[in-house]
Amino acid sequence: MTNYTHPHTTDPPEKDILRFKAAKVLNTAHGKSTLDISFELARGRLLTIYGPSGAGKTTILRILAGLTDIDEGFIEADGEVWVDTTQKINWPARKRSVGFVFQDFALFPHLTVKENLEYAIPKGGSAKIVPELIEWMELTALRDQRPNQLSGGQQQRVALARAIARKPRILLLDEPLSALDDNMRWKLQDTIIKAHRDYNLTTILVSHHLPEIFRLSDEVICLDKGRIERRGKPSDIFLEEKISSKFKVTGEIIDIVKSDIVFIVSVLCANTVVKVIATTEEAAGLRTGQKVMVASKAFNPIILRME
Amino acid sequence: MIDLQPLWLSLRLSLVTTGLLLLLALPLAYWLAYSRYRGKVIVEAIVSLPMVLPPTVLGFYLLLAFSPSHGFGKFLDQYLDIRLVFTFPGLVIASLFYSLPFMVNPILSGFKSLSPSLKEASHTLGKSAFTTLIKILLPNIRPSLLTGIVLSFAHTIGEFGVVLMIGGNIPGQTRVASMAIYDEMQFNPRGANLYSLILLILSFSILLLVYLINHHFSKANPLP
Repeated sequence: MTNYTHPHTTDPPEKDILRFKAAKVLNTAHGKSTLDISFELARGRLLTIYGPSGAGKTTILRILAGLTDIDEGFIEADGEVWVDTTQKINWPARKRSVGFVFQDFALFPHLTVKENLEYAIPKGGSAKIVPELIEWMELTALRDQRPNQLSGGQQQRVALARAIARKPRILLLDEPLSALDDNMRWKLQDTIIKAHRDYNLTTILVSHHLPEIFRLSDEVICLDKGRIERRGKPSDIFLEEKISSKFKVTGEIIDIVKSDIVFIVSVLCANTVVKVIATTEEAAGLRTGQKVMVASKAFNPIILRME
Repeated sequence: MIDLQPLWLSLRLSLVTTGLLLLLALPLAYWLAYSRYRGKVIVEAIVSLPMVLPPTVLGFYLLLAFSPSHGFGKFLDQYLDIRLVFTFPGLVIASLFYSLPFMVNPILSGFKSLSPSLKEASHTLGKSAFTTLIKILLPNIRPSLLTGIVLSFAHTIGEFGVVLMIGGNIPGQTRVASMAIYDEMQFNPRGANLYSLILLILSFSILLLVYLINHHFSKANPLP
């Protein structure tokens, strides 16, 4: 296990950065495993944690929010020490400036949309942000509804608005869009990007949906068995994989880049990313998120629209 | 006509017991639901003990504890001048033990049925455990609270064995309805019949009311 030293002993405290270093023994369904993670994240960045289930993605978010304790490590947010096991510092969840969007949204069933948001306002704080958020998230017509009267996408918007209402430093999203259909996903990804920018948040997202990761993240951490395997820009992480050109496969466009006179279209087929060259005319009919078929004609794959 | 005093006494005993139980059972059920302390299963078993134990056994041990000639009862008698055997306060304390599982268990299963993320969401929104309990958890387990209140009330009304052991049959003090029925049975079966009928109707009405209200709750405000 890594030897932990407090960051202050090596570096002066830095503003506008999140430092995270945690070791924890996890009791999973497959026996004991260790989580040993450390990363830093500059303010205003959007980081995605990617990896197989059971890799510890959600646990990292829970540790940050103060919902799960660690064995060793520290968390420092913008110069504020939230956790330091060497000094027995461990702030409770309620003191940490964090907004958490749970996978099941965790909306309070007995409160209306408006009341759910108002609950997040600190005592004596201004509730001015509530109507602002309601309007911004297009919830005006639903403000007096209870969560069980809302659709999945609407609940997701309420959960996001509620997490932001407290004006947190860090926004944590635990696969928030996994229960939604593609169309809804697309719209809500826009909302997340907008929230992230407009409220100057540092955002950490757990996701396994590659198109989503490409659209949203500045950086990706690949997690496996409790360790960080790789870290980098989405294109660095996912596009360097071997280009495959199977005969006739279907997939989803995740990236279109102009390169000289042609376009390079990255298509996610099953779990591999295929890069295909498209002419300007072909590319004009394509957009990210579209379902397409990649077919190999002699040696050069060509790309055909499916919708 | 029959003497109504035992019925009033039963009602009074049930009301006092239920009120005190609610205050006692809430923190206990909360602790049992959320504590990570391993020894809590022992507490859970003790809480449920009165459900399986013959009331006379419970009464016997309470009698032993309250008796002014032994340890605890002696202490109460000598230093605080409190006597619990054959008194109304003694009956209340005995009833608290006797009906404890009927209050704790519904509330406990109410807490357990809530998604843990509700509580966690409240904490990440900056709220204390107490605020979370009052504003989030309790409103969402209203049906369980109601069930606990009514079951404890009804169970205390029907209490007999424990009263027999530590309360006796003192009119106005410990002669509750169930004791009166037992007593009347020996000399005046008609009186026993009347007491029984009143208790039967009372218990049935209470239960019917609870199920009606719970039915209404689950329709108006279904939990996720």
